[in-house]
Amino acid sequence: MTHGFFIAFSYILTALVIAGLILRAVVDHRAQLRALAELESRGIGRRSRRG
Amino acid sequence: MIRDLANPTRFMSFSGTLLPWVTGLAVLLLAVGLYMVWFVAPADYQQGETVKIMYIHVPAAWLSLFFYMIMSASALGNLVWRHPLADVSQKAAAPIGAAFTLICLVTGSLWGKPMWGTYWQWDARLTSMLVMLLIYLGILALWRAIEEPNRAARAVSILTLVGAVNVPIVKFSVDWWNTLHQPASVFRLGGPTIHPSMLVPLLVMAVAFTLIGIGLHLSGIRTEILRRRVRTLTILEAERLDAQAA
Repeated sequence: MTHGFFIAFSYILTALVIAGLILRAVVDHRAQLRALAELESRGIGRRSRRG
Repeated sequence: MIRDLANPTRFMSFSGTLLPWVTGLAVLLLAVGLYMVWFVAPADYQQGETVKIMYIHVPAAWLSLFFYMIMSASALGNLVWRHPLADVSQKAAAPIGAAFTLICLVTGSLWGKPMWGTYWQWDARLTSMLVMLLIYLGILALWRAIEEPNRAARAVSILTLVGAVNVPIVKFSVDWWNTLHQPASVFRLGGPTIHPSMLVPLLVMAVAFTLIGIGLHLSGIRTEILRRRVRTLTILEAERLDAQAA
């Protein structure tokens, strides 16, 4: 294997791992926002305990 | 300031303003760093172009330790000062630190094969870094194993502080033992031993990686705050349904 293979593999792997972290962060954040909006649309808020 | 940001609502507002700036700066510096690495930095006189792996391996190694130190500070914040966002910060930092440790180990291995003739050697630096990855994975597993967030945070804080013993071992392993891995060449008492033509792109890449890490950490904290709000509201909904049924 040439040195180019090791360099390319290193950069591609790093890009994939960082892209995975970013994708996971975005998907997870959106999922929580959706879940929160759904709960609030059903009238569940932190003030609902008093009601 | 840390006390001010203890309020999750205030933190959400502050981090919401900060995050686009951190992201923008990270993208800009990454673009500048990659340009310098591929079009400006010279090949090494011994390693040739393979030295380009250094520009991702070294920042990943620094961030691995950086995020472990963030987790240790958060663990102290949780156990000693009961800071409300300490465990949130700790939980958000763990997968980022683990990912950078993985990058460090794999790129190190890919750099080692053409330079040392082997992908792996059980020397002190490589082994202590592998132990670091195992500690990160143990912490991630512990978060998942305990459902109640406060109990999980206490257990993880203790494990994190025990694992912090490994941080100086990683850093000084190349000084304390005779290792195949080279000694420190940037942060050392006598100053860096790397030529500025390679040092500058390395530092630019390191700052870019750090900003990516900080951006991911801020985003992770924000998501965890939302997750806890969802959990609280779900419990409130269940209590309300119980009260109606009774």
